[in-house]
Amino acid sequence: MQEKSSLDANRGLRTGTVEIIVAVLLIVFGAIVMWDSARIGAGWAADGPQAGYFPFYIGLIIAAASGVTLAQAIARRRSGDKKQGAVFVTLPQLRLVLSVLIPTTVFVLVIPLLGIYVSAAVFICLFMWRLGGYPFRKSVPVAIGMPVVAFITFEKWFLVPLPKGPLEAMLGY
Amino acid sequence: MSEVAALVQGFAVVLDPFNLLLICVGITLGVLIGVLPGLGGANGVAILLPLTFSMSPTSAIIMLSCIYWGALFGGAITSVLFNIPGEPWSVATTFDGHPMAQKGQAGEALTAAFTSSFFGAFVAVLMITFVAPLVANFALQFGPPEFFAVQFLAFASFIGMGRGSPFKIVTAMMIGFALAAVGIDTVTGQLRLTFGSIEMLRGFEFLVAVIGLFGIGEILLTMEEGLAFKGKSASINLKVVLQTWKILPRYWITSIRSSLIGCWMGVTPAGATPASFMSYGIAKRFSRNGERFGSGQIEGVVAPETAAHAAGTAALLPMITLGIPGSPTAAVLLSGLLIWGLQPGPLLFVEQPDFVWGLIASMYIGNIFGLVIVLTTVPFFAAILRIPFSIIAPIILVICAIGAYTVNNAAFDITLMLIFGVIGYVFKKLDYPLAPLVLALVLGDMAESSFRQAMLLSQGDVSIFWSNPLVGTIFGLGVLMLFWPLIQWAWGHVRVAKPA
Repeated sequence: MQEKSSLDANRGLRTGTVEIIVAVLLIVFGAIVMWDSARIGAGWAADGPQAGYFPFYIGLIIAAASGVTLAQAIARRRSGDKKQGAVFVTLPQLRLVLSVLIPTTVFVLVIPLLGIYVSAAVFICLFMWRLGGYPFRKSVPVAIGMPVVAFITFEKWFLVPLPKGPLEAMLGY
Repeated sequence: MSEVAALVQGFAVVLDPFNLLLICVGITLGVLIGVLPGLGGANGVAILLPLTFSMSPTSAIIMLSCIYWGALFGGAITSVLFNIPGEPWSVATTFDGHPMAQKGQAGEALTAAFTSSFFGAFVAVLMITFVAPLVANFALQFGPPEFFAVQFLAFASFIGMGRGSPFKIVTAMMIGFALAAVGIDTVTGQLRLTFGSIEMLRGFEFLVAVIGLFGIGEILLTMEEGLAFKGKSASINLKVVLQTWKILPRYWITSIRSSLIGCWMGVTPAGATPASFMSYGIAKRFSRNGERFGSGQIEGVVAPETAAHAAGTAALLPMITLGIPGSPTAAVLLSGLLIWGLQPGPLLFVEQPDFVWGLIASMYIGNIFGLVIVLTTVPFFAAILRIPFSIIAPIILVICAIGAYTVNNAAFDITLMLIFGVIGYVFKKLDYPLAPLVLALVLGDMAESSFRQAMLLSQGDVSIFWSNPLVGTIFGLGVLMLFWPLIQWAWGHVRVAKPA
């Protein structure tokens, strides 16, 4: 078991690799910004810059600066720099991060269907159960209490409507 | 001494019972936000901002700025007791604060931290009281070229004063500008970067980005460290407080020096974090016990806390006088001003004296209240930190989602928040700074419109930026800042080349 975890701790994404991926993505992003700005006019009209003038150069700077970052990352990778070879995220860490990120993504995607209150209750309950190991008798009160408090605070006190789903419709809200 | 008269008027505004209540609520919420992982000053204020839409702007800014003071105080609690800096500017506080707690001196460390925070903030508020009207008065003669020059200087100073790769700073900043450009162009009415999407028409909401980058990103980072929080318990009683207060005056030089560093650094948008590190470093060099720093020296708590709080407070000076926020949280407050229908800038002092002086007066009262509240409620907040992360995390995630939604009542914004969260996580790990991105996002439109107004004035001639000594000086300073890393690099090479 110990052997496996020490093996795991050395495996995972390298910082240098992530650095290169992010730099490439940013170059693409910069290029998209430039392309769309050129479409609406990135020139200099008689009264000053056109609508696309600023975004065009912003895109250019993003692409150029990321190009330097990319070149630096590749150069460091070749020279076997320690920091670049360091692990960006180990597999156990990645697993922990994904164990939060995936349920949160599902939670966000369900909000338009179920409303924020019901989704929040289910999300909190399952999160506590899966990651904290809490039995339902402990997680359910928290999971129901938090949305109820939020409901009273937002809908009643501050009159800020939040997304509601079928359950709230059934209860007449 | 018209400032004093105006300040008295400000106190009259603040001493209204409803506003006093808001100060207490704000400070308490702020400490809570500062203590909880994933809810820092910037995104805490961003989440609560929509709740103030129905309040008067003065009451709203009083409450939100008090949340900010509270968050500044709260950062010290987690640093000392848990060795987890709740805020980036409390990192330096952990160096000596946590060793003190391990030696059983948590009460002393916290008292020292809170008292120095209070002192730093107080010096900064005094500075704001007397310097802000002068700056505002001076800035009244600014036209669009001068405003653009000041904004240029603000962004250039990120590059000149930042640590880390200048290319990454530039990239992060330009991403902010690019995101700010999305939507309808305010000058020509053309659609920019929307790619035919209706959701993109509104542009990227700054507050949603802040909640994602700072809130969700932070939670993902915290998650990586695992879920175990091992904290020291603390109780502060009157005896400990009085004993510590007896020792503290010995460090008056450190306090004053750190306050000045904080005020100076806070006004430039580099902000509180470098101020706290710089102040810690200088205190270490000049202190008689310098070599023992890091083992739990009370001076090592005083120096960074004083500077961080002074800088955090001073960050509001450029915000209320020039409309340029000195920190991400100040940027959130600035976007609040826009939402409440106030135009940030020097005219604020002329047109909204109640608002400005009410805010300044609330800084005095908020910090006094804050000191009392944190000293008396530390055990309560330490107990909150002991609630397992698997309960706190989902609740914070839900609060972030609610906060992102309420900004525009748009469900799409919650998805955006999540995307920004992932970006924030990756950027933080790769040392892309988030502060310039956030500031560019909030100031992008303003900077562009002042540039274009300047161009309309000069009929497209860029030489307007060095047409008079004032704008020329500001612009020149900006250019110097922009190329500072290059100058340093060249200078280093010259010095290395010479002896050889």
